[in-house]
Amino acid sequence: MAAAALLRRIPAARAPPTALMAARTISDSTAPLTIETSVPFTSHIVDPPSRDVTTTPAELLTFFRDMSLMRRMEIAADSLYKAKLIRGFCHLYDGQEAVAVGMEAAITRSDSIITAYRDHCIYLARGGDLVSAFAELMGRQAGCSRGKGGSMHFYKKDANFYGGHGIVGAQVPLGCGLAFAQKYRKEETATFALYGDGAANQGQLFEALNISALWKLPSILVCENNHYGMGTAEWRAAKSPAYYKRGDYVPGLKVDGMDVLAVKQACKFAKEHAVANGPIVLEMDTYRYHGHSMSDPGSTYRTRDEISGVRQERDPIERVRKLILAHDLATPAELKDTEKEIRKEVDDAIAKAKESPMPDTSELFTNVFVKGFGVESFGADRKELRATLP
Amino acid sequence: MAAASSLHVAAPVATPRVGSSAGNRSASAARGVRVAAAGSGAARAGGRLVARAAVAAKENSPASAASKSDGHEVLLFEALREALIEEMKVDPTVCVFGEDVGHYGGSYKVTKGLAEMFGDLRVLDTPIAENSFTGMGVGAAMKGLRPVIEGMNMGFLLLAYNQISNNCGMLHYTSGGQFKIPVVIRGPGGVGRQLGAEHSQRLESYFQSIPGLQMVACSTPYNAKGLMKAAIRSENPVVLFEHVLLYNLKEKIPDEEYVLCLEEAEMVRPGEHVTILTYSRMRYHVMQAAKTLVNKGYDPEVIDIRSLKPFDLHTIGNSIKKTHRVLIVEECMRTGGIGASLRSAIIDNFWDYLDAPIMCLSSQDVPTPYAATLEDATVVQPAQIVAAVEQICR
Repeated sequence: MAAAALLRRIPAARAPPTALMAARTISDSTAPLTIETSVPFTSHIVDPPSRDVTTTPAELLTFFRDMSLMRRMEIAADSLYKAKLIRGFCHLYDGQEAVAVGMEAAITRSDSIITAYRDHCIYLARGGDLVSAFAELMGRQAGCSRGKGGSMHFYKKDANFYGGHGIVGAQVPLGCGLAFAQKYRKEETATFALYGDGAANQGQLFEALNISALWKLPSILVCENNHYGMGTAEWRAAKSPAYYKRGDYVPGLKVDGMDVLAVKQACKFAKEHAVANGPIVLEMDTYRYHGHSMSDPGSTYRTRDEISGVRQERDPIERVRKLILAHDLATPAELKDTEKEIRKEVDDAIAKAKESPMPDTSELFTNVFVKGFGVESFGADRKELRATLP
Repeated sequence: MAAASSLHVAAPVATPRVGSSAGNRSASAARGVRVAAAGSGAARAGGRLVARAAVAAKENSPASAASKSDGHEVLLFEALREALIEEMKVDPTVCVFGEDVGHYGGSYKVTKGLAEMFGDLRVLDTPIAENSFTGMGVGAAMKGLRPVIEGMNMGFLLLAYNQISNNCGMLHYTSGGQFKIPVVIRGPGGVGRQLGAEHSQRLESYFQSIPGLQMVACSTPYNAKGLMKAAIRSENPVVLFEHVLLYNLKEKIPDEEYVLCLEEAEMVRPGEHVTILTYSRMRYHVMQAAKTLVNKGYDPEVIDIRSLKPFDLHTIGNSIKKTHRVLIVEECMRTGGIGASLRSAIIDNFWDYLDAPIMCLSSQDVPTPYAATLEDATVVQPAQIVAAVEQICR
């Protein structure tokens, strides 16, 4: 059924027949594999990329692993929140993993990503580790922002991950600024500025897009359209919910955000376009299983049937699992083992994160300014003077 | 070594800090100053803090202190431009964002000629989109550039308030120190000549609570250039307040390079009877009032606080310990203005030294009217300053 449909246009690039497979380990082959995306790309004033995506067995298995890890992390965060170890706001990404993983597969760590507050999984995709993620969620010293940012403020400078922002839409001008710096420095890299369908109605996006188009900046505006801006469905908030067309004079692409291969293809296409021609808008058609945040049950504005329907038909992890099984890259038992390992990894990380202490009270005043007061000035030779004011 | 300009003197207040027996702190400050002086030769603005024969000239006498070279005369906007040019030549990451800063040359000519010198990628004409171009400046700073963001009028930056408060001010903290935002946000503000309510705003009070921002206000060509350079070099976000009516002030500034301290106040006129704290344009109203006061036999000490956040409580405190009376004269609104915060800070720190209640003269809490007479009544005038000093010194 579904597996057969996926197998439709795959060339014979497979390993030996099933009978000999019994005793092998999970495939880590890098032999190319071409798979068709679930649906074709819809585009706005640009020719869409091909539906055929090149991948490898190893990559598919990495996709499975990474997305399962993200899923597990978010579910664990849910439990931690209910146990009151995580407080305040906690916005979970489960259901949207394909966007984070597919994007990462298409780009390098020299490219920049900036997103809003649903940032835990993007942090992981950019190389963040579980311990620092959980520690930050629990406000501990070992957190990626030293416990001072919280769920909405994850950053990883060395991986060009710029956060982690609480105010809806404000990260998009920042993202265009990152793209400006990339162009200023002639880096040949691009910036992916992620935002949601709710943020798509912010004026500053259009301002930033105008400037990016004028100055030909390598900015890629990625709308993670999960169809709800907190409790407001997209058709109630947007006169034109075709977010990929909102760029008007800027090209756009609509992508099935639950299909990690489609996301990968689109991001690769977008990066090439942005570096050469300037901004482009991507709309990822995705879905979040949880409510907007932990304080939102997520069922007052949508039916449980809708949620379970998406889970059954479009779940990103299940899609990859079916692909893997259909291509015989691993057995169901092996995938289950992977999931068990992941579960343990996450539990261990939580335990380790819990050991980290709360920040010292003196940390209240660190990092407000880059140097504490007492720095006087720089000379022409840039040597600094230090004079403490009483 | 910095040439003393005609408007201020070598700060005698600096002497206690360097030469006193106050122990390690001043000693290390002295050491620090001497190290830097040794390192960079003649052109040290730190010379302001090195104790020299303190020329406590009380009048606005022209160029009385020793100066190596003649210096050159500039208007305040030219001083700002010199600072920008010098910094952009030295550091390729410095760039300028703003409306009409490039081809037009800047609405107050601060950036005149820069686009021709440095190109369109470094001097960027933005569309009228303060929110986004301020955000873009912050984003570029996260990635290592040093943007100087101009608001054509400070009041327009209210449109970018979210970016300034949440991103500019807070990102260093919320990222646990990973990102620094070395931007300079500058522009003219203050009450001008009948520009109307929306173009006569004072945003010092709006920005002062934002954690992570530093604020300075320039008032003379000398300190405008020095503060602009310091602001660009600072690793923290700095808001530099300029004033619409001060751009054409003329003064002789040193030929040598100099940088001022962002956190230091400026002693304009030493005195004995009352400490008058002021900044930006009100400095000139105060000095005008000072002439009248001197004729009446008073000896006011006038300090241009320059650093609006943080306050230079060292200079201010030394002055209060000497005079025991304080008058604050500002252009900010009375409610929640810089004066209000300064008053609290003085009460908290120097209560025991006060012989009279602190007086604060501020602008009225009204939108600035268009009519000339009403506009004059909105801001503090010299006559009011004279009356206030007479009242305090009674």
